[in-house]
Amino acid sequence: MSKIATLADLKKRREEMKTGLDIRTKALDPESIVQVKVSMATCGIASGAKTIMEFFLEQLDRRNVAAVVTQTGCMGYCYAEPTIEVKLPGQDPVVFGYVDLKRADQIIEKYIKTGELVDGIIPVNYQIIDLKE
Amino acid sequence: MKTLALNILDIVQNSIRAKADKISISITESVKEDLFRIIIEDNGNGIPEEILKNVSDPFITTRTRRRMGLGIPLLKYHAEITGGRIEIFSEEKKGTRVIAVFSKKHIDRQPLGDIAGVIRILIASNPGIEFLYSHQTDSGIYSFSTKETKEVLETDDLTCQTLLQDIVDMINGNLTEINVSGLDIKEKAI
Repeated sequence: MSKIATLADLKKRREEMKTGLDIRTKALDPESIVQVKVSMATCGIASGAKTIMEFFLEQLDRRNVAAVVTQTGCMGYCYAEPTIEVKLPGQDPVVFGYVDLKRADQIIEKYIKTGELVDGIIPVNYQIIDLKE
Repeated sequence: MKTLALNILDIVQNSIRAKADKISISITESVKEDLFRIIIEDNGNGIPEEILKNVSDPFITTRTRRRMGLGIPLLKYHAEITGGRIEIFSEEKKGTRVIAVFSKKHIDRQPLGDIAGVIRILIASNPGIEFLYSHQTDSGIYSFSTKETKEVLETDDLTCQTLLQDIVDMINGNLTEINVSGLDIKEKAI
C-alpha cells in the first residue's frame, strides 16, 4: 500500500477502493441500525472513552454490523465511566458502565449481535442529580 | 488526562455544545522559543460575561446533569504546572477562543498524544461541523481541513471507517514529517 501524504493521494486511494462499498451507505435511516453513543465529557475522556470509541468505530465496521457510533455529553454516571448507550433498532436504549475493551467486545458479540444482556448495565431508574429535586 | 490530545478533545466538546459549526484547533510549538501553544476557536454561542469571569472555577457549569465541570480547570492546571497559562476570549453569539500556553521543554508538559485519533473521533461523531487543524513547528506547518477534504474527494460524507483510517495515517505521516513528537503515546482504557 502506498503512503498517503496529500489529499490527492487520498482521492486516488478512494477511487481504487470504490468496489469495497461501505455497508453504512445502504442504511441511511438511523432508526433502522444500531446506535452506539459514547459518553465523552471530561470524566469519560479521563477514563478512556477515546479508546473505547475507537474500538467500536473499528470493530463494528470490521464485524459488518450496520451501526452508527457517535459521542455524547456526560450522562451523569461519572463514577461508572466509560459509559456507553446502545440502542438496538426498535428497542429502548440500554446504558452500560465500566466499559473496558473486554466488555466492549462482549457488548458487540452478545448484546448487539444476539440481544443477550451482559454485565454492567446501569438501570434507567437510577436517579441523577437534576431529577432528584 | 494523560495527553494534550485528550485535553483538546475535552475542550472541543464545549464548542460542540455551544452549537458551533466551525471549530479550529491550532498548535504552535517551537524548541527555540520553548513554546507549546494550543488555540481552540469556535463560532458557537459564546460564554456570557458573568460565567466567563469564573470559567476556571470547577463549580461553574451550564450543564444540568452534574453541577461541576473540570474541563477548563484541568487544562489550566496542566498549563500552569509548566509555567504556562490559559486565556479565554468570548463574545456571545460570535464564538470563543481558548488559548493554552505551555513550556515545551518543561518536564511536566504532557506529550501531545494521538491527535489524529482525536480528529477522527470528532469527524466521525460530528459530520455537520467543519474542523480545521493546523500544526506549526520549527520545521514547517501542516494543515488539515474537513471542508477542503470534502471538496477534493467530492463527497459530503467523511464518516466511512476506511476513509477515516486513511485520514489518520495521512495526518500522522505529515506530522512526523515536521518533527512532531509524542504522537505514538496511546491511552489505555481503564
